[in-house]
Amino acid sequence: MRLDYPVNVKIIRVPCTGKVDVMHLMRTIQMGADGAYVVGCLEGSCHYKQGNLRARERVMHVQKLLEEVGLEGDRVRMYNLSSGEGPTFAAYAKEMTEHIKKLGPNPLKKWSTATNKE
Amino acid sequence: MCVAKAICYDDVERESTLTVGSIILASGSQGYDPSKLDFLGYGKYPNVVTSEEFERILSASGPYRGHLCRPLDREEPKKIAWLQCVGSRDTNKCGNGYCSSVCCMYAIKEAMIAKEHVHGELDCVVFNMDIRSFGKDYEKYYLRAKDKDGVRFVKARIHTITEIPETGDLSVRFVNEAGEILEEIFNMVVLSVGLQIPESSKVLAKQLGIELNKYNFVTTDPFAPVITSRPGVYTCGVFQGPKDIPSSVTEASAAACMAGGDLVDARGTETKAIEIPDQQDVAEQTPRIGVFVCNCGINIGGVVNVPKVTEYAGTLPNVVFTDHNLFTCSQDTQDKIKEMIIEHKLNRVVVASCSPKTHEQMFMETLEACGLNRYLFEMANIRNQNSWIHSKSPELATQKAKDLVRMAVARSATLKQLNEKVISVNKQALVIGGGIAGMNAALGLGRQGFKVFLLEKESELGGFSLKLHHTIEGKDVKAYVKELIEQVRANANIEVIINARITDFAGYKGNFTTEVATGDQKQKLDHGIIIIATGAKEYIPIEYSYNEDPRVVTQVQLGDILEEKGAAGLDSVVMIQCVGSRNKENENCSRICCQNAVKNGIAIKKLNPDTNVYVLYRDIRTYGLMEDYYTEARNLGVIFIRFEEDNPPQVEPSSEGMIVKVKDHILQKNLEIRADLVTLSAGMVAEDTTELCGIMKFNRNPEGFFIEAHVKLRPVDMPGEGIFLCGTAHGPKLITEAIAQAQAAASRATTFLSKSHIKLSAITAQVDTEHCVKCLTCVRSCPFEVPVFNTEKQVIEIDDAICHGCGVCASVCPRQTIQLNFYEDNQITSKIDALLAGGM
Repeated sequence: MRLDYPVNVKIIRVPCTGKVDVMHLMRTIQMGADGAYVVGCLEGSCHYKQGNLRARERVMHVQKLLEEVGLEGDRVRMYNLSSGEGPTFAAYAKEMTEHIKKLGPNPLKKWSTATNKE
Repeated sequence: MCVAKAICYDDVERESTLTVGSIILASGSQGYDPSKLDFLGYGKYPNVVTSEEFERILSASGPYRGHLCRPLDREEPKKIAWLQCVGSRDTNKCGNGYCSSVCCMYAIKEAMIAKEHVHGELDCVVFNMDIRSFGKDYEKYYLRAKDKDGVRFVKARIHTITEIPETGDLSVRFVNEAGEILEEIFNMVVLSVGLQIPESSKVLAKQLGIELNKYNFVTTDPFAPVITSRPGVYTCGVFQGPKDIPSSVTEASAAACMAGGDLVDARGTETKAIEIPDQQDVAEQTPRIGVFVCNCGINIGGVVNVPKVTEYAGTLPNVVFTDHNLFTCSQDTQDKIKEMIIEHKLNRVVVASCSPKTHEQMFMETLEACGLNRYLFEMANIRNQNSWIHSKSPELATQKAKDLVRMAVARSATLKQLNEKVISVNKQALVIGGGIAGMNAALGLGRQGFKVFLLEKESELGGFSLKLHHTIEGKDVKAYVKELIEQVRANANIEVIINARITDFAGYKGNFTTEVATGDQKQKLDHGIIIIATGAKEYIPIEYSYNEDPRVVTQVQLGDILEEKGAAGLDSVVMIQCVGSRNKENENCSRICCQNAVKNGIAIKKLNPDTNVYVLYRDIRTYGLMEDYYTEARNLGVIFIRFEEDNPPQVEPSSEGMIVKVKDHILQKNLEIRADLVTLSAGMVAEDTTELCGIMKFNRNPEGFFIEAHVKLRPVDMPGEGIFLCGTAHGPKLITEAIAQAQAAASRATTFLSKSHIKLSAITAQVDTEHCVKCLTCVRSCPFEVPVFNTEKQVIEIDDAICHGCGVCASVCPRQTIQLNFYEDNQITSKIDALLAGGM
């Protein structure tokens, strides 16, 4: 559909959002990403039955962990859509980007950029 | 001009002679040309378009690149009308008396997508006589359009369309149900054109000596839906009759089944096997990565600076070779990649181009062809996820392409060789259900030379069809079923097991074992595939005093009465449609009830023309060629009265007969009809398969019908490999449709059974049993109950053959002792690290 969405969104492919680990999400923030989001199938229509429901729970868990260490939990989110919903995908990408812009840069970035370069 | 030079513009017509054993005619249809209907203004007013043209307008590759505009001034419309039945259900103006079966659904779809595409509000109105959303779950889609998305549906036929010259808007004049002439202005009008057989198909049929019916569809028998009048020649798709994609795909497989059945001895004799060289082991080598960056013509190269990205790739760790190509997927580039793999001793390949969804398999085969394991391959999608969507910012897109390539290179270094397990296929089949569908599926497989176990839970074959007398075409169901049973019994490949109950089930595609109980005896059957044909039955109404008054019967019971006693003594019969369908308890349409009412209505009128027959309906859904019978019923004097869902008819007993009260929308009056017999068009409900599904773990929808792998593309496959589906177990359908579907299931099963070996996916979970603490979290979490605790060996085992590869176990394992092949933790984190190492 070639729908425009913000260039800062980069996709990492997984077989099912049920494969997305808490560790993966934590790592993105630790490494300096300003935000990360998981895009899964609509609730109730997971090809593997309930992978997307597990992903949602993990996202909520990561949000809590981030809050605990003094970061905005909302830097990590979960979205659901069906594979036929290109426009919704683009809309979520925009929504997430705008939301992260409002939150500002990830405070860990300075630290993580320094370590990344080492 | 095609940049890839894939089109040979100076090609000329050539004649060649092929010697074949069977022929399948699938020449399809074309949209009806509405320019002959001058009152619609098509061809005269630019903003009147056909549904096919509107489809192009909505398309990303269409004239306005997917932006919804009207042709006259490229303005975005605020109000669009769809006019149904243009070139269908119209014997007056165009001669096409049939219903095209697909227009209602595509009009709803177009309205829904149009609403998605506009920037503000869009008012969509569908002018129709009946909405025919009769397919599986179609009614739910219609309800969503109507109730949630605000698409308006107006029962009316259009009188004229005139253009308002100043604005290019269109004034639509129509007559509503009450007979009032109304006028409404639209920015755009879409004509929902019907399906029609093109001239060229008529010529083809004549050349081949195939009989066509009066509408030029291929003449077929209701009990042999894909067989033409000439032996060895089969047909499918719309050339057979108007139908949608799922039915066309189904019929295509059915035709393949019939055509293949004639050619059993020749199976596999003209196929060529691809020779794959032995795999070289590169596990111990340091990664040597080759990166190939694609221009994709101008698709990528027109936005992204491909030479810069290629140069950048060369600076990344472990990259020893880089190149860029006009089309990386072209045959000559494949050859070049092979050469480079050998010349530079590459042991990982990264292609930066398009989507792995479409091209990964092809590139993996290229690796395999030079002895490299196919899983040592990674793609960076710099087209769909980059150049296509960031075409307005080439510099940012080039930067993102570099990021994506860096991520892919990092991941590729972590990839491991994976080997797909090869297993043998058991050549026997299990068919569950001995009705018309199950028997046809068994015969289809039997004809192909496979041994079939046909299970029937009752003491005789036939299923629900034993209760039926005639099809709407007047064909004798009882005689057909009798003959079918004889054929099944006579087929040496088919073993019928009656009074059968499935008690246990194990195994995986190609190697299933099912335990079947008959009485006290149990036997274990080994089989490679399963066909589910458990069927459906007539809904038992709780409505309209069905259980209390003998004068209220169902259509099936009416069929019995007409068969036994005729219509003698019946002065008045009232039929009520959609009983047990299209309501809150069951939202779906049962597909078969309208034709049932029409069939029985015609039968009564033929037996006794003086009997008054009233059909109280919501939409008459005599799709396809059945529309002719609806016309015939009206000509014979059957009276059709429409009612609204929220104002259903009332049925009251009296000494004179049953009194039926209903509001007639055309007369705008409340009517009272006296009836000797009230016939309820009870819907179809799935057979109870709770016990079966508990054992075999098949997925059913909330209505109890089985769920196919893909509604359109894989209509008779179940999501689990080696398992197929047919007949009314899939959803309500006619006998003709069930037969086609059964043949289709047999055909799909044949493609599976004809292989001696199959490869299992290598993307499965692996347990590191040494570090596993046996907490059983994986056992509890797997949605398919794959991990098991082997009490003898005291370890968790995950069977490659049944693992679906979703990775849930890997992510719940608290000690990370489970890894999902190809998606191991470091194969994911390498991407995260590489992305962020660039300082996002």
